[in-house]
Amino acid sequence: MTRCLESVRVLLRGLCTLAVTLTALVFATFALSSLSPIDPALQLLGDHASSSSYIQARHELGLDVPWPRQFAHYLIGVAHGDLGTSRSTGQAVREDLERLFPATFELATLAVIVAAFAGIALAVLGASRPNGPIDSLVRITSIVGNSIPVFWLGLIALFVFYARLHWTGGAGRLSDAFEYTMDMKTGLVLVDAWRSTEPGALRDAVSHLVLPVLILAAYALGNVTRLTRAALLGEARKEYVTAARAKGASETRILWRHVMPNARGIILTVLALTYGNLLEGAVLIETVFARPGLGRYLTTALFAADMPAILGAVLVIGTCFVAINGLTDVAVKLSDPRTS
Amino acid sequence: MNERRFPAALIFGTAVVLLWVAAALAAPWVAPHDPTRQDIGNRLQPPSRAHPMGTDSLGRDTFSRLIYGARATLALVALVAALMAPIGLAIGIIAGYCGGWVERSLMSVTNLVLAFPSLVLALAFVGLIGPGLINAALALLLTGWPAYARLSRAETLVLRRSDYIAAAEMQGITGFRLLWGHLLPSCLPAAQVRLALDLARIILAAAALGFLGLGIRPPTPEWGMMIAEGSRVVFDQWWVAAFPGAAIFLVSLAFNSLADGLRDRADPRHD
Repeated sequence: MTRCLESVRVLLRGLCTLAVTLTALVFATFALSSLSPIDPALQLLGDHASSSSYIQARHELGLDVPWPRQFAHYLIGVAHGDLGTSRSTGQAVREDLERLFPATFELATLAVIVAAFAGIALAVLGASRPNGPIDSLVRITSIVGNSIPVFWLGLIALFVFYARLHWTGGAGRLSDAFEYTMDMKTGLVLVDAWRSTEPGALRDAVSHLVLPVLILAAYALGNVTRLTRAALLGEARKEYVTAARAKGASETRILWRHVMPNARGIILTVLALTYGNLLEGAVLIETVFARPGLGRYLTTALFAADMPAILGAVLVIGTCFVAINGLTDVAVKLSDPRTS
Repeated sequence: MNERRFPAALIFGTAVVLLWVAAALAAPWVAPHDPTRQDIGNRLQPPSRAHPMGTDSLGRDTFSRLIYGARATLALVALVAALMAPIGLAIGIIAGYCGGWVERSLMSVTNLVLAFPSLVLALAFVGLIGPGLINAALALLLTGWPAYARLSRAETLVLRRSDYIAAAEMQGITGFRLLWGHLLPSCLPAAQVRLALDLARIILAAAALGFLGLGIRPPTPEWGMMIAEGSRVVFDQWWVAAFPGAAIFLVSLAFNSLADGLRDRADPRHD
């Protein structure tokens, strides 16, 4: 009973932290944008605008009121789901983001799943015989994986597997034949291709997705493997492991029943950080592979100095990140009796 | 096995880093050509005796540009590395030890900074105060410390309830001495692993800024920017993008193995 109440308390506190952090995030993002030297009114009108039309533009953009009121205005808009209008696409930022979010979500989630399975498997393999041949290989692999610039790897992979070997699809999320005919209802390219009646659509979607997912996963693999391995070995040195071994528990049982539960908190934290990093890595990968998504939307907006679009994209990526971290904290606390 | 391995990683890392540092310092004498001299007649040449790594789309010598580009990268690493970890560790340990509102507010700030994908904050920051070496370093520093805060807090949270901390407190060790002498050492292994990864990560992030066109301004050569230029012709003239990427890879690999070797030597018990 007490344990249950405690859990509820941890959960509520976690949710409160989440809400506060999200509000602060909106504030910080907005503060950052208002510090920008770029004048949106001048940007809209060009350098040669008359002063009367300049004043009018500032009024229409809501820039002639004091800063706190601009922020309040934006905050009310966000609360109503209104993120403003993109100055370069002319569309509501919210619609743009809703359309693009699933693509980035799909990419990052598939990549984190691949990285988690591969990383934990490699870490277990390495940690089960520290400094053995497999462990050395795992260490070298994770070091090499951590040293490769991901956008460069993407380019080289495109050159090798697409341009030379023709094993995979090239840039973009689909071939032209499907890109303009397929109904992107969910925005998840695999789901949409699976639902579409076009023969070969799913195959095409997979062939375009496989390189970005694998490269994004490889980008995360080094971190996941290395930190998981460190966590496992850190636990394996403790006395309860010696005790379990003395009692005759098998190495498999020691690993999965004794070491893993104790290392779980760190592993979960590592994976959460990784997921967030992958959202960021998606910015680069989407640029290299010319895949529509939040990342490419953001970089395009940055070059156009399109403030509402930048704010919106940062807000969405930031919200995902805060939510992932906050929920992981709660999960770690709930699953580890020592910290609750 | 162990004794043999540290020198290998350490020697490789040290040698490559020193080589690049030397090349960066002695760039005017090492580089065979002027890195900014254009020669349109010789554009996109494959690697040859005159141009060991070929030429780019303006006919500039890629090898010379790589040598000069090392200056920017190495200066950036030196700037960021020394400041990031101490800030994060201090915040994480204080948060984990104090608990309550101190922990919540510190971790809210940490989560907030983590909530900015660091690339985006770096982009925004560089966009605000202008591109350049120091600004890029500041931008990467701003988003680099929270990882240390989270790791050290996770460690501290577990340790806070341990017997030896209770024993130390009973002996009257409190405050700074407890955090410094009893909690910090336990957080260091995880932080060292992280810093080992981060030295290389800084290089990669700086290159990413350059790749997106927000690093050091042209015509100063910078590796990320060189990859971006090469990406336009990668299917036909792969070498333009391949060599700068290989340089980034080599340097971050060297920093990774250097840090790996140093860690093993500093704490041989650490596997």
